[in-house]
Amino acid sequence: MATQKRTVEVALSTTGVDAEGRPQRVPLVIADDGSPVAVEAPPMVEPDLAGEHMLINIGPQHPATHGVLRLVLELDGETVVRCIPHIGYLHCGFEKLGEYRQYNQILPLTDREDYLNAMGNNVGCAMSAERLFGIEITERCKVLRVIACELSRIASHLVWVGTTCIDIGAFTPFLWAFQQREYIYDLIERWVGARLTPTITRVGGLAADIPDGWMTDLRHFTKEFPKTVDEIDKMLTKNGIWVGRTIGLGVMTPEEATNWGLSGPMLRASGVAYDVRKDFPYYDYETYDFDVPVGTNGDVYDRYLVRMEELRQSIRILEQAANRLPDGPINVDDPRVILPNKSKATSEMESMIHHFKLVMEGPRPPLGEAYVAMESPKGEKGYYMVSDGTSKPVRWRIRPPSFVNLAAIPKMVEGHLLSDVIAINASIDIVMGEIDR
Amino acid sequence: MSDGFEIQYAGSALGNAAPAPVTPRNVPNRGGEQNPSAAALRQQFGDAIERVDVVWGVTNVYVRPERALDIVRWLHDDSSQRYDYLSDVTAVEYRDLEAPIEVVWHLRSLPFRRELRLKAQLPKDKPLEVASVWSIYKGADWLERECFDMFGIRFIGHPDLRRILMWEQYREGFPLRKDFPLRGRFSRAEQLRQALAANPEARYSMEELSIADAFEDLPTDMRKRLKGGERTGE
Repeated sequence: MATQKRTVEVALSTTGVDAEGRPQRVPLVIADDGSPVAVEAPPMVEPDLAGEHMLINIGPQHPATHGVLRLVLELDGETVVRCIPHIGYLHCGFEKLGEYRQYNQILPLTDREDYLNAMGNNVGCAMSAERLFGIEITERCKVLRVIACELSRIASHLVWVGTTCIDIGAFTPFLWAFQQREYIYDLIERWVGARLTPTITRVGGLAADIPDGWMTDLRHFTKEFPKTVDEIDKMLTKNGIWVGRTIGLGVMTPEEATNWGLSGPMLRASGVAYDVRKDFPYYDYETYDFDVPVGTNGDVYDRYLVRMEELRQSIRILEQAANRLPDGPINVDDPRVILPNKSKATSEMESMIHHFKLVMEGPRPPLGEAYVAMESPKGEKGYYMVSDGTSKPVRWRIRPPSFVNLAAIPKMVEGHLLSDVIAINASIDIVMGEIDR
Repeated sequence: MSDGFEIQYAGSALGNAAPAPVTPRNVPNRGGEQNPSAAALRQQFGDAIERVDVVWGVTNVYVRPERALDIVRWLHDDSSQRYDYLSDVTAVEYRDLEAPIEVVWHLRSLPFRRELRLKAQLPKDKPLEVASVWSIYKGADWLERECFDMFGIRFIGHPDLRRILMWEQYREGFPLRKDFPLRGRFSRAEQLRQALAANPEARYSMEELSIADAFEDLPTDMRKRLKGGERTGE
């Protein structure tokens, strides 16, 4: 670096003005003979930035973290050297609360953890409680629960597509996705009366049967919805910006993905064909004809492709379920868990006592424990319940897929650019309600 | 673009002739088909396997806590078992306060499509400690941290056993223990006082500040507090 010589002058206004009336300017250094001396300025050295790291904080109140996630990043220039996630801002203690509640009273808690997949959680939790009671639900209930799961999956994936688009800079698909999601919530509202938190299941059955004409609307939805998927597909899949911002990011190899316990689209995008619906099936999923999309690169783009294909496959399942829906009761004929008929409860003594005991004391499962996994939109969601024979579980545990998926974020973002952190974080499809519980 | 990975199919070790999995029906409470890994474990580890039972279709294997790591490692590495997927790590405390706390691992073998529940019973009169399986399954990192956070079980060998859902200064104990009241140990007034006294600006731990050399950039009063030993970070 060449040394630059420059004269530093200071304006000393207090010493008066010169002959032309301007403030008198004197050099900083004056030699003994009164002549100005050029001052040797310190050499201008470019600071050596390599090795100097910067700490940057994203969240917890940052729109691109999809909730109250906080990431502390150590940056070398724009490259992430290290990522320290902080969670727990939404911790509600659902597992503790569940230990103080009867089995049917736990179900509303499941709406509120992964609130994008509320009906799916209801189904999973009820499935776990039913395993504990040894109940086989009716065929009609099984098909209706499959419909509820798949509608939830579509709604959750639509939110994922929409918000990820916004993170990466596309706004239009967000509106298309949320419009379709609104149709799904209209369907749910007509079924059980609530939209976001429907609590659709009861232990041994459902809160309500579908109303007249509901199936027609579902068929209309399954017919119209693929057009939206195609539109989003056309907009994004070969879009240069989208491809440029997603390919090659956050790669997990199949071995790493399995070892880190990833599940759902995250695992399948890495090339591991594991879907709970196929490999540990429940509710006769093995009799439905659907495919499990699998990626081969394990990057953000593959996760996008897998989720888009899952939207189409869910529609296939919905169509088959709508065609095979049998008649019959929605609740099992099991007096241990199902309330007696209302008119009987108000007119017959035995039924009234039965009703009273079921409501006040709650159903009592036998001693035992059950871990039942289901395929939620985020991955393998497990509900683990331990009973000691009383009407409240000893332990109620949620195996949260996005919690385990998010644990791999330090591995995925390290070495990538700061702007890619947003894309990678979006690709995990986290819901903080489920992570913090 | 790279050529991509080779796709790994669940159930690959079973061969093409194996029947497709079906939904289990009328699962019995006790008894039923035992996971073949349980017998293999008995043969391999003998005394370290305390008890095996099948509850609602899933095989429970009770193992001695000090051998848990060896057993999990064998299940992961052995070519006839290949439990390559750790679903969950959690703990159960029973309402009977004399009963030991159980640490529960839910393992899956994707190539063989098996699931197995391992349990280790930790008596309450000894320190609650068990070996971490982080060296085998990286996914155990946060699951074990949560288990420590909620139950106070120390996982020996975990690289970074800190609280995860509760904040680091949380002093009320371990929320999912049965002796922990539903509303917390401290009174509402004390909880409110602590919440108001918390300094939301000092949210970085010393470790985070030191990795980025950012300590000197902090305001003087914050530096003074940190030097005085105040713990920060969440």
